Amino acid sequence: MSTKDLRFHPEALIAGHISALPKSGIRDFFELVNQMDDVISLGIGEPDFPTPWHIRESAIYSLEKGHTSYTSNLGLMSLREEISRYLSKLYDLEYCPVSQCIVTVGVSEALDLLLRAIINPGDEIIYHEPCYVSYSPCVRMAHGIPVAIPTFQKNHFALDPEDLRKSVTRRTKAILLNFPCNPTGAKLNTEQLRRIAEIAIEKNLLVIADEIYSELTYEGSHVSIATVPGMYERTVFLHGFSKAYSMTGFRVGFACGPASIIDAMMKIHQYSMLCAPTIAQESAVEALRNGHSAMLDMKEEYCERRNVISKHLNEMGLSCFKPEGAFYIFPNISSTGMTSKDFATRLLSEQNVALVPGPAFGACGEGYVRCSYATSIENIVEAMRRIKTFLRQ
Amino acid sequence: MKEKILRLLRENARLSDEDIAERLGTTPAKVKKTVAELEKSGLVKGYQALIDDSMLPESKVKAIISVNVRPEREGGFDKIARRLARFPQVTSLYLVSGSYDLEIEIQGETLQEIAGFVSSKLSSMDGVNSTVTHFILKKYKESGRFMEDDDEYKRLKISP
Ligand SMILES: Cc1ncc(COP(=O)(O)O)c(C=O)c1O
Repeated sequence: MSTKDLRFHPEALIAGHISALPKSGIRDFFELVNQMDDVISLGIGEPDFPTPWHIRESAIYSLEKGHTSYTSNLGLMSLREEISRYLSKLYDLEYCPVSQCIVTVGVSEALDLLLRAIINPGDEIIYHEPCYVSYSPCVRMAHGIPVAIPTFQKNHFALDPEDLRKSVTRRTKAILLNFPCNPTGAKLNTEQLRRIAEIAIEKNLLVIADEIYSELTYEGSHVSIATVPGMYERTVFLHGFSKAYSMTGFRVGFACGPASIIDAMMKIHQYSMLCAPTIAQESAVEALRNGHSAMLDMKEEYCERRNVISKHLNEMGLSCFKPEGAFYIFPNISSTGMTSKDFATRLLSEQNVALVPGPAFGACGEGYVRCSYATSIENIVEAMRRIKTFLRQ
Repeated sequence: MKEKILRLLRENARLSDEDIAERLGTTPAKVKKTVAELEKSGLVKGYQALIDDSMLPESKVKAIISVNVRPEREGGFDKIARRLARFPQVTSLYLVSGSYDLEIEIQGETLQEIAGFVSSKLSSMDGVNSTVTHFILKKYKESGRFMEDDDEYKRLKISP
């Protein structure tokens, strides 16, 4: 047995900016929910549909054929070509599959690569809150400074261009946009996109467009900020297969943008990740070639669930903005007099319904909760019945 | 709206007008009216339950019969097809391409009943050249539904 070296404290070895990172607010709640049985969860940020069978079947085929080696660092050429065609067809975006596209381990890795590629310590990245839980920590892990701009229900959770202008400083490097938005379901109209673009151009900023929910747009069609005049050359477009194609566990996504930035991202990717999983990449090819109608069927079902859940929530007096995209709704619970956390905790213990307190997505989420409607209508209707009972008590 | 209602009813014909209205963001009255029109026009012929007969204590015997037919100068296959379709044992009947002409789905209480139908009614019918009978041994899927459910796969209960 070795004697204990009193000088050695593993916890003291943790880098300062990592030990300073708060744990995700979702995490605490997860632990609580996980101990309970028979919970109806509206807290799940991923699709409930199994991956369409033809995609799973093609994954089996890849495995059978033994396609289990590395791919090129940028990803399979066939996949990059399909991505290029897809973006051109759906969003009118033209990217060169050779130099302007990198396949990543989900949008998660794409975002991390991009932030690491562009941030010098102390650079500021502006984003809007409430937002996806990873933005602020990812910026910090890349030694940047996250600058959050709150968005409000009265503005349909759109980013106010004037607030954006006021937040830009000499150190601002990029604006990170996520529309359709997790957790609010907000999207931007063309006028709002144009005004944000104007500021990006005037202040010479990069725009990071996390458009992972783009296909799941229920009002009108999706317009990417990269298509606004003057924006193509200053936008990095992040997208993936997790949401619209119900492929979260495959872990595959991509980034498209200026060749120099993609090249810098590729440097980090080649040394840290090598490539995205080969089977996932081949499955993604199948999704893009033959998955359109299955995707549209899922989208239609989400749209119906959205109609049901927003009607029920409004009827029981929890006002909410009717989401225009993604699969979340963000009702205002302040009329109950409870904090978001109390509301969520009591609802869980009294009625076995799980949802996520709004502040998990940023301080301005206080007074709100996030309900995901990536669950069956039967579950949604039952959860609504239980919330109604909860409110009456 | 018509198409959307049809899609929902195909999936679950027991949805109420209220359920459908909620999903499509419209009023129950409008749904009621549209459904009535669909029924009146004959587009919607009726509503049935999908039943896994294998779970019943005594299930019926089912078979698929491929029939080779000599078409008639007037009316082609229609005349003989209509005649066959009238037998209550025949649950579905299709004109098909390939080496056979008609595909019949048939149901009876016993194997003998179906065998009897084939020999005494079908094969002896004027215009029927030959038949091949396939008795159904097990049903895996019907009208888009699996008869056996996969074990439920559980997602994380909370995720970002
Ligand atoms: C806004 C947003 N961006 C990125 C991701 C991560 O997606 P991926 O599975 O592609 O890493 C999510 C997943 O919840 C998300 O909601």
